[in-house]
Amino acid sequence: MTAQTPAEPADSELIKRIEERALFARLETVRLISIAKTGHYASGFSCAEILATLYYGVMRLRRGEPDWPDRDRFVFGKGHAAATLYPLLADWDFFEAAELDEYTRLGNAFGDHPDMTRIPGIDFSSGSLGHALSTGTGMALGGRLQRRPYTTFVLLGDGELHEGQVWEAALGAAHHRLGRLVAIVDRNDHSLDGRIDGVTGIEPLLDKWRAFGWQTHEVDGHDVPALLTLLRSLAQDTGRDRPAVVVANTVKGKGISYMESEFGWHLGWLAEQDEANALAELRGTR
Amino acid sequence: MSVAPGLQPESWHLLSLLEQAPGLQALGDTLADLADEGHPVVVGTADLKYSNGLVRFQDRHPDKYLQFGISEQHMVSTVAGLATTGLRPYVATFASFMALLACEQIRTDVAYTRQPVRLIGHHAGITLGFYGTSHHATEDLAITRSIAGLTVIAPADTAALAAALRASVDHPGPVYFRIGRGRDPDVYPAGTTLEIGKAIEHGTGSDLTLIATGSMVHPALEAAAALTADGYSVGVLDMHTVKPLDETAVLKAARGSRLLMTVEEHNVLGGLGGAVAELITEHGVPVRLHRHGIRDQYSLIGPPTHLYRHYRLDAAGVETEARDLLHAGTR
Repeated sequence: MTAQTPAEPADSELIKRIEERALFARLETVRLISIAKTGHYASGFSCAEILATLYYGVMRLRRGEPDWPDRDRFVFGKGHAAATLYPLLADWDFFEAAELDEYTRLGNAFGDHPDMTRIPGIDFSSGSLGHALSTGTGMALGGRLQRRPYTTFVLLGDGELHEGQVWEAALGAAHHRLGRLVAIVDRNDHSLDGRIDGVTGIEPLLDKWRAFGWQTHEVDGHDVPALLTLLRSLAQDTGRDRPAVVVANTVKGKGISYMESEFGWHLGWLAEQDEANALAELRGTR
Repeated sequence: MSVAPGLQPESWHLLSLLEQAPGLQALGDTLADLADEGHPVVVGTADLKYSNGLVRFQDRHPDKYLQFGISEQHMVSTVAGLATTGLRPYVATFASFMALLACEQIRTDVAYTRQPVRLIGHHAGITLGFYGTSHHATEDLAITRSIAGLTVIAPADTAALAAALRASVDHPGPVYFRIGRGRDPDVYPAGTTLEIGKAIEHGTGSDLTLIATGSMVHPALEAAAALTADGYSVGVLDMHTVKPLDETAVLKAARGSRLLMTVEEHNVLGGLGGAVAELITEHGVPVRLHRHGIRDQYSLIGPPTHLYRHYRLDAAGVETEARDLLHAGTR
């Protein structure tokens, strides 16, 4: 496959493929955390469909060419969910999938947060929350200044919106009329210390973005057909002169019953039998 | 730009202030020249284009100029992302807001990712005088020097700034420029060149070498001239690149002089004095070093010239400090 053409209509086969890849990303997340003996299950699970839809149905990428200048960009604001992204980048032949077998081992390139200097296909390093919408803004500005046709996608956590710099970027991107910038908020309603509304409330979220000059959309972040239709339409709307935000309503820990909406699974590790049970539940065999 | 007719010639307003700051004119002009020459330069600031001279760049290259508003952290992260697309961003704001406010963005988004971003902290040190502690930057050398992979340059005057900007165009990795308010007396002729990482030696001194950076090079040279006239053997090193430090030049001075004195418009902790102390100690060179600068305190407010006098950072003050050292060193 060379460049994907987002203009293709969503079809049931593609949707099935994306859903299957989201499951694969979850299974791999469990496997990688098992190697590290600690990691972010729940944050990865809430955005698995979003990542899979972007990488298999929306973004213009070239297999084995992570530095293709006209590729669509992706910045992972909630970089702590990197273990869910790495397997998808391996799928694009940006690196050997076997490299992930050494996940987090001493000197390995793959850690809990993505490192652009060591991992092909990571468009920008992240980890410190609140920077990603700015770095994505820079990529969108660079694309416009050099008349390159790509779209920049930034995936933000809802807890990340507590950081003031996000709103500096929201102001700046709207001021610069960056229509080729799409922010996606993974609204799983939880940050590390518990429910967002109990930590520091962020609602009404769509109104806030709208007031900052953004085009706003809301979607079920686990509904692949809906994600695919919406994100494709935003990528194809090249005449837009406002950045767009998609608030994706998700379930933290989605896919494993006891992890869903249980903030304790933001960070954790499953011992052997529990892991086997979790994998079985994900595969639907339990 | 001129002040409204009818006012006295001495009057000025924000837009005409730049006429008093040749160094900041050179900032905007040199970057515009680099863009003219085809370098992929993009320039931005955080609501300070009249204060730092970048309006002169905007006038010539409006399509390559970015206004960020008062959002320094966002500005630094944004140009880190911008640099990944092949452009060479130069962004400027007050040194206190660049190196202190946006410190983590510099570390995490610019330096750790090795992006060719050029950060310009202007009005560094105590140049903002009575504007107060929030606007003073006497920690920026210590902060930027400790960030891995970041080159730190403090040019002595207008010509050196232009030379440093030119030298930086193809320099690998990120650079922090530390400059003053653009009114430093000339040390070098227009068109001078400068090599990043190589100190400029102004004579050698068996009694004393003054190692100065940025705005302190000119007073150090004047002090050295006065001491030389009195029969002392005094040399001056213009340490325009604070990191990577020119170790060869420092060690040569340390071995060739009885005394060393660093001179910086910065806290003596962690800046040039700290860098020189670390080096000569590691090499076991038996020389006395005196670090001259702000001694671990918040500076007073006042007109800059008065502050320089108070902290012995003008030519007379550097000379006095050096005489004290020479006398103490002979006891």
